[in-house]
Amino acid sequence: MTKIATREAYGEALAEIGADIKDIVVLDADLSGSTKTAVFAKKFPERFFNIGIAEQDLMGTAAGLATCGKIPFASTFAVFATGRAFEQIRNSICYPNLNVKIAATHAGLTVGEDGATHQSIEDLALMRALPNMTVISPADAVEAKKAVKAAALHEGPVYLRFGRMAVETIFDEDYEFKIGKGKILREGKDVAIIATGIMVGEALKAAHILEKDGLNAMVVNIHTIKPIDEEVILQAAECGAIVTAEEHTIIGGLGSAVAEVLAEKKPTPMRRIGVRDKFGQSGKPDELLKLYNLTAEDIANAAREMKR
Amino acid sequence: MSVSRQTIEELQSKARIIRRHIVEMIAEAGSGHPGGSLSSADIVTALYFHVMNVDPKNPKWPERDRLVLSKGHAAPVVYAALAEKGFFPKEELLKLRKTGAMLQGHPDMKATPGLDMTTGSLGQGLSAANGMALAAKLDNKDYRVYVIMGDGEIQEGQIWEAAMTAAHYKLDNLTAFVDHNGLQIDGPITKVMSPESIQEKFKAFGWNVIDIDGHDIQQILEAVEEAKTVKGKPTVIVSKTVKGKGVPFMENQVGWHGKAPTLDQAKEALEIL
Repeated sequence: MTKIATREAYGEALAEIGADIKDIVVLDADLSGSTKTAVFAKKFPERFFNIGIAEQDLMGTAAGLATCGKIPFASTFAVFATGRAFEQIRNSICYPNLNVKIAATHAGLTVGEDGATHQSIEDLALMRALPNMTVISPADAVEAKKAVKAAALHEGPVYLRFGRMAVETIFDEDYEFKIGKGKILREGKDVAIIATGIMVGEALKAAHILEKDGLNAMVVNIHTIKPIDEEVILQAAECGAIVTAEEHTIIGGLGSAVAEVLAEKKPTPMRRIGVRDKFGQSGKPDELLKLYNLTAEDIANAAREMKR
Repeated sequence: MSVSRQTIEELQSKARIIRRHIVEMIAEAGSGHPGGSLSSADIVTALYFHVMNVDPKNPKWPERDRLVLSKGHAAPVVYAALAEKGFFPKEELLKLRKTGAMLQGHPDMKATPGLDMTTGSLGQGLSAANGMALAAKLDNKDYRVYVIMGDGEIQEGQIWEAAMTAAHYKLDNLTAFVDHNGLQIDGPITKVMSPESIQEKFKAFGWNVIDIDGHDIQQILEAVEEAKTVKGKPTVIVSKTVKGKGVPFMENQVGWHGKAPTLDQAKEALEIL
């Protein structure tokens, strides 16, 4: 399987759709080489604005462009986009419901060696709390590309979460992506694993591990954290046990969103795989995923625990 | 530039009407920010009733000039101007800050026809104005973008990020005002956190700087015209103003930053205005 980072797919998608959708403009905060907006900048220099190391101004400028009919994609690392500029996103973008796409890269622990300051583990929680915001967390390069296109065509603010690390490609080109619509990737009846982002791949591996134990696991990909697909979650709940998996704190992200749905509509035993209220640290991405219990084995263990 | 004496007088009398609305609407609302609304009344009047090309029947007209009230707490001054201009009925002014009203405590572009940007959290308006000015450049449109900042507001770091951006991208279609009334909630700006010298700071950031008396309509209009002739850089018009201008018991009184007059006080103010 080929390994491609979702941020690579983001840059390529921008350059592709930029040709057709002339209103797309791209802004970056001195990280265009890393966020891959440089790919767009090279092709459409007149529609690319480097704002410098100034994330608050990045979001505000994007908001102003959106009031004039542009479709701005504002990019930087997830921790700066959603943390440094949170209030600009809230008051200048979400409150007036402006058509700005916040495309953030380097989300999660798999940033690796740069360490905790650069590892965004709370961005989904922050963005999910904002009215009018759509939150998308793609699992692989194919999904990332489709998500970028869907976001461009969606009217209103969208947060797109991309990773630094190359990840295995799960989907083929025919894969159908619809904002707000989760996807059952594997049918099962004993336990349902609901995952997002790079944890979708781990969830599929976990299902294989569980198969050897005689447990038949359903795997659901939730690429849209908000609005969340209640229908598919309730369908998953028919298994009677749910494990959520995300490269994000267990507070406020996918696990919380799923728990909210279940608590109100169909209380179901569940376990959350995610960062357990801790900051990250420097290290190789794979080592960090192990250290923070974000592997297929951890997901499988959580499933077994519930079925014991 | 030749502006007739008659035009100046008409604008002065319009500014008085705007000030009366400000006092009435804030008194009726029982809360709000009269001081900074009154200090920018002449600037806002000059812009909406002489300078800006807008169409009350078509508030979202793409070719229109834009105004971003970055000091969003002065919303009443813009609401009064928009109502006088005919963007919405004047009766709305007395519903300011009430549940369900189109006139929110701070500007909400989705709720109020004629507002070009949602503001209220200080320091964010200049960035948005830059975005509008960039869009004009991209689309080869000749509309102009105006933004009004407070002199306390420019303590926000984002203003200086945006000041760099405006100069970097040579946004000569952008004209900023600093409503330099010298006071903020906690006291004189120089005591709280001095932004002085405002002029030198903007100059150092690559802006064209014009100094005026922000209550002199003639000077406001001349400065705006001068800004239009300056190419390759944005212009800031540092406007010396008096907080609470026009209502003697409010003038230069920091206590009137964010306090509504009682109905009696409003009556007293209206008798003078």
